[in-house]
Amino acid sequence: MMEKRVLIYGGIAALLAVSPLFLNAYWTDVLNSIGLYAALGLSLNLIVGHAGLFNLGHAAFYAVGAYTAAILNTTWHIPILPLMPLCGVTAGLFALIIARPIIHLRGDYLCIVTIGVGEIVRIALINNVFGITGGANGIFGIARPNLFGWVIRKPHEFFYLIWAFVAVTVFFFHRLENSRFGRALNYLREDETAAEGSGIDTAHYKLMAFVLGAAWAGMVGNLYAAKMSIIAPESFSFWESVVMFTLIILGGSGSIPGVLLGAFLIVGLPEAFRGFTNARMLVFGAAMIAMMIFRTGGILPARPRRYTLPERNLAEESA
Amino acid sequence: MSLLSLRRLSKSFGGLTAVHNVSFDVESGTIVGLIGPNGAGKTTVFNLITGIYRPDQGEILFNNTSLLGLRTHRIISLGIGRTFQTIRLFQNLSVLENVLAGCHCRMRSGAFSAMLGLGRHRREEKKAVEQAMDALAFVGLQQSALQPAKNLSYGSQRLLEVARALATQPKLLILDEPAGGMNEQETEALVELIRKIRSRGITVLLIEHDMNLVMGVCEKIVVLEYGSKIAEGTPRDIKTNPRVIEAYLGTEED
Repeated sequence: MMEKRVLIYGGIAALLAVSPLFLNAYWTDVLNSIGLYAALGLSLNLIVGHAGLFNLGHAAFYAVGAYTAAILNTTWHIPILPLMPLCGVTAGLFALIIARPIIHLRGDYLCIVTIGVGEIVRIALINNVFGITGGANGIFGIARPNLFGWVIRKPHEFFYLIWAFVAVTVFFFHRLENSRFGRALNYLREDETAAEGSGIDTAHYKLMAFVLGAAWAGMVGNLYAAKMSIIAPESFSFWESVVMFTLIILGGSGSIPGVLLGAFLIVGLPEAFRGFTNARMLVFGAAMIAMMIFRTGGILPARPRRYTLPERNLAEESA
Repeated sequence: MSLLSLRRLSKSFGGLTAVHNVSFDVESGTIVGLIGPNGAGKTTVFNLITGIYRPDQGEILFNNTSLLGLRTHRIISLGIGRTFQTIRLFQNLSVLENVLAGCHCRMRSGAFSAMLGLGRHRREEKKAVEQAMDALAFVGLQQSALQPAKNLSYGSQRLLEVARALATQPKLLILDEPAGGMNEQETEALVELIRKIRSRGITVLLIEHDMNLVMGVCEKIVVLEYGSKIAEGTPRDIKTNPRVIEAYLGTEED
């Protein structure tokens, strides 16, 4: 059963890896968008899916990462890809400062505050805060990324850069899920009082989920800036946060395959149905509603963790 | 030597005094019962000990260190395990994972060693699963380890709470109505289990309404009424104490 699933996922990954050879530039670029949203979705999944903290302002952290990369690249001509860890650090630090006073808020209250944070960041960017964000026009002229002397500029080149990042994200986050850290996030999602009463520092883990998720979104922001070579506040609107949130809920909250599928459906399907013009959003909305009614855990819900139990006969020991 | 010592503890919520000037000691290695009519402030005392509430006045000493101002998870890691009156399990997670929550405070590895898959992290995980399985075997739930907690019967869910608390490796275990919702056989098994816990060197403090259980298993009983301590002593003393009979046992016999 397990082998079959791994085989299917492996097959899909292999198909995806060779797809730029068959697809034109337009569709490769659609896959690039899907990849960016997949990575963003995975980062938000730590916060929303695992820790159960409603964050509808994730675009703010994405923006901090993208602007960090853009500003440093255009001002001091630092190559953009090596800036990635720094983008993660700035977004993570920003999240730490923002989340610290609000992290104790529950459910809907936290949700509203995060929406506010997202809007504050967007409007601050429009108002050219500190005179470095370029106002409503944003920042342009970001240098093409350069990987060991190989300049990345075509969509299919970006495809491999972006999806390699997604693969690394999946690898790390899969391990994280199946660890003490991942479990702690689930405990506080299930019952915060019981988690604290079992000896888990819930405030710490909430904050860490926020900081780690935000830092990862900041690194995706770096990739986005590199791909677009121009960034503007409108790319980090409330709608972006909604898309990231929705793809998690649709695909499967707390489930890595679910989030990836969610990214394909939310970002990819509207492109595929572009021919239907206005009706596509209607069909799409109806599909979302139906899904929420009939499959509340998402299309590919999170699977229970696997554990190898010790061999020895425990029944005897208890006697 | 007393393991836990409450000194003149008071707590009020608005105008309601939930706990008033309560002092008692829990000696190391004993089983102590805290009883009283509904609303006497028993659970409030537990919540004060575990830092869920902060007392308005008074002092709580555990191993001669003050617990005042410490957050709950710190108090748990100092060696006080607890269960809840209303079952508070992680219903959608497996039985084993519920117990692993208790192991958490005895583990060290963080997010980065997990992401990098360091050997230290893997060894610690393996050890934690073994310890969790030991705790499950101790309460007799090892067969259900991989089931979701919500699939367990009510009595088994109570035992799972005990296993989770034991996994924190406590010196003092506080049980809030452990027999609540249990049938007679389950209660008898619970009495055995409580004795077994004590023989492991763990001190037990429990709230219980089942008088047979309390009188049978406890060495010392503290009686609360309207937030104040009205009696303290051996089960025999408590049974014959006129104030207790008037306040509590008497009304039950009517």
